[in-house]
Amino acid sequence: MSLRRPTKNQPKTFEFSSSSMDEANKIVLKYPEGKQQSAVMALLYIAQKQNDNWIPLAAMKYIANFLDMPYIKVYEVATFYTMYNLSPVGKYFVQVCTTTPCMIRGANKLVEACKEKISDKENELSNDKSCSWMEVECLGACVNAPMMQINDDYYEDLDKEKTVEIFDKILKGEEPKPGSYRGRLNTEPENNRKTLMDVKNA
Amino acid sequence: MPKLKVNDIEVEVEEGLTVLQACEKAGVEIPRFCYHEKLSIAGNCRMCLVEMEKSPKPIASCAMPAADGMNIKTNTPFVEKARKGVMEFLLANHPLDCPVCDQGGECDLQDQSMFYGVDKSRFKENKRAVPEKHMGPLIKTQMTRCIHCTRCVRFATEVAGVSELGAIGRGEDMQITTYLEQSMQSELSANVIDLCPVGALTSKPYVFEARPWELKKTETVDVMDAVGSNVRVDTYDWEVKRVLPIINEDINEEWISDKTRYACDGLLNQRLDTPFIKYNGKFEKASWSEVFKIIKSKFENSSNDKVCGFVGDLTNMETGFIFKEFFDRTLNNNNYDSRSDNRFLDNTERQNYIFNSSINGIEDSDLIFLIGANPRYEATILNARIRKAFLNNNTKVISLNDLGDLTYPYENLDGQTQSIKTIFEGSNKISNEIISANKPMIIIGESLLKLNSAEYLFNLIKNFLKKNNKFSENWNPFNILSCDAATVGNLDLGILNKETNLLEKLKSNKFEIIYLVGQDNLEFNKKDEFVIYQGSHGDKGAEIADIILPGSAYTEQDGYFTNLEGKIQKAYKASYPPGESKEDWQIINELAEVMNNRKLFNDKEELESSMFNYLKLQQQKQITKNNEQKISDFQNEKLNIQIKDYYFSNVIARSSKTMIECNNSKINIRSTGTEG
Repeated sequence: MSLRRPTKNQPKTFEFSSSSMDEANKIVLKYPEGKQQSAVMALLYIAQKQNDNWIPLAAMKYIANFLDMPYIKVYEVATFYTMYNLSPVGKYFVQVCTTTPCMIRGANKLVEACKEKISDKENELSNDKSCSWMEVECLGACVNAPMMQINDDYYEDLDKEKTVEIFDKILKGEEPKPGSYRGRLNTEPENNRKTLMDVKNA
Repeated sequence: MPKLKVNDIEVEVEEGLTVLQACEKAGVEIPRFCYHEKLSIAGNCRMCLVEMEKSPKPIASCAMPAADGMNIKTNTPFVEKARKGVMEFLLANHPLDCPVCDQGGECDLQDQSMFYGVDKSRFKENKRAVPEKHMGPLIKTQMTRCIHCTRCVRFATEVAGVSELGAIGRGEDMQITTYLEQSMQSELSANVIDLCPVGALTSKPYVFEARPWELKKTETVDVMDAVGSNVRVDTYDWEVKRVLPIINEDINEEWISDKTRYACDGLLNQRLDTPFIKYNGKFEKASWSEVFKIIKSKFENSSNDKVCGFVGDLTNMETGFIFKEFFDRTLNNNNYDSRSDNRFLDNTERQNYIFNSSINGIEDSDLIFLIGANPRYEATILNARIRKAFLNNNTKVISLNDLGDLTYPYENLDGQTQSIKTIFEGSNKISNEIISANKPMIIIGESLLKLNSAEYLFNLIKNFLKKNNKFSENWNPFNILSCDAATVGNLDLGILNKETNLLEKLKSNKFEIIYLVGQDNLEFNKKDEFVIYQGSHGDKGAEIADIILPGSAYTEQDGYFTNLEGKIQKAYKASYPPGESKEDWQIINELAEVMNNRKLFNDKEELESSMFNYLKLQQQKQITKNNEQKISDFQNEKLNIQIKDYYFSNVIARSSKTMIECNNSKINIRSTGTEG
């Protein structure tokens, strides 16, 4: 891992949309007066959601003024946490889990699919600028390995073909169905359960 | 009070102190990088590990509060092994570039690795490299050397009051930087160079200039403002290489302003190194005997009351005193003054022109009212004290004018003298606040004293405070904030003329001979006057001169200065005046000898002792004097705060390249419009 830097092409201004503003105000209210600075992480996340999954410098300034704190303090927080994206990641932000369980189940094939369909390198936008991908550490869905996350949704039990299919849909602008791609409901055992057969409601 | 044992020595410390402070009290030295007395505790370098009984792990002594019954060991193999481990981690990513590092020789890491370092590194991976950061014209960065102690970040947020430094990223990739690498907007910024325990932040103007062991160190006082910060002047040959702060808890604590630190390169430029005579509008070199002869004949050819003299803002008290003696005894007149403008002055009492509450008193005060003063630029160190008082006691600060960012919040009024009048006539919310405050401070700047109704307001404020019993044995709420190092000293010596308005006469060209000693701030149109300028730098004063007598700067002669609180301090000679220039008192003494065949004083000692006698007599006179106050008029005026350009406030600063760079960096920031 290396230090993530804000991208060069920065938008000049940023402002919360009315829905983000409502959400932000609700969060600020949770903290006692004079301690609004505690809301900085939540507000950064709101800004990231509003701005196609990344936080421009203008948004950091905006939040600093919103919470009455120095710019550098917001900048420190935004650079510390890896889940804040400081450069554009596209409208569809693909995170492929490559930690051990997923890796054993073939996560590398998913990465190959990303390279073919989206971009050669990690953290690079696709040709139409709508999509980018990156490898991440465990996303906590090892039972359904291999898997990836696109924005807020998990796509599980994948292999290379299915991943390519999903990407094709995304690049066309359709929204593929999240969840297991081998017909499982959540994390239920595949081909019926093998243990606790005598317990009816297990 | 908790009692604890350090290496079997029993110590008793105050509540709230840390184990590290307890160890120091027991005379045990603890190595440290992140801990600093004047800053908050971070506890992140782990160098101060000590062994505590009943604790399985070593503890960070800087962050552990001392408690009753603790048994601390600092000299066991356990502690040494722990510290060696920490040192190995610190050195893992630290480059081995001591030979090309400016911190070499005064580096905490270098010193401590002599005790705790291991001769070989077990770190076989690539070392981390960090790009340099831009932090303005004063601070050079070499961030690969940074050990992440965060002293600089804490200094900027806490003491300087500008939250512009921070640590971005995390873990191995953590980097210290200013926000988007803009230069630091503080007049105290260069103190981070002293704080940095390694060579990550070093001095840009001093880069590769000298090694600390080659320098001659002289402890002296600073003259860039009236605070009188205690400094150490480091010289190499006759050149002043750098100025560093020394600790004086009553004045500057551990900090000095950027101007104090970096105006010293002005001592090398624009110097007057030989006497000059102006022939047909051109200066030509001359010898001392020549110029003295000419001056003598000029003095003889004009009547004594056509001669006047002015003392400048950086002259020491000996020079001021001998200058006064020269006029009193040799020329037999009192056409001399130390003021360069028509400011109001009542020198019947000493408390009328000094900072009576004292700089330490700021921390006891509960209400500070600034009238016509901008302490951030007029007395930076004093402003840092006000910020400290605000942080510790939440001291309320009110200012008559809107002063922009003072690094602490304050209430600002409309800037009209009418509001001063209403407040100090006692019919205002703020009047009540002043009355109910235990230890209020009224800080009056020079801008107020320059107003037309200065006398009226001055007496009004003083009488209001007297009437409400704010003066007591241990508190004097009345403060004048002088801007120049020589102001208070000159007033103590009585270098002023109250009978005639010298400046008006000067402007209407009533004088034939004008003698300027380091005075560059006079505004008048020269006609046929014969101007003698004595000083160290070729500035405005030398430009209009007919004869130039090269004098010495504050680092080149011993001399006393009285700071704004009225504290008398001696500046020591650190180097020699250039070329043929002489010490200022010597020039006047020799001139007197040429004129009268008699020196004014036999030597410096006689001068000093007679000066101190004079000061003592003045003080006794003041006690017996009656104060009668004249009735003066009031008129409503807008009080504009006129501060001299911070980086160009005196001749030395004006000749300094570094100060020009500082000024330019501020202008650039202003013009980009990205500063928010």
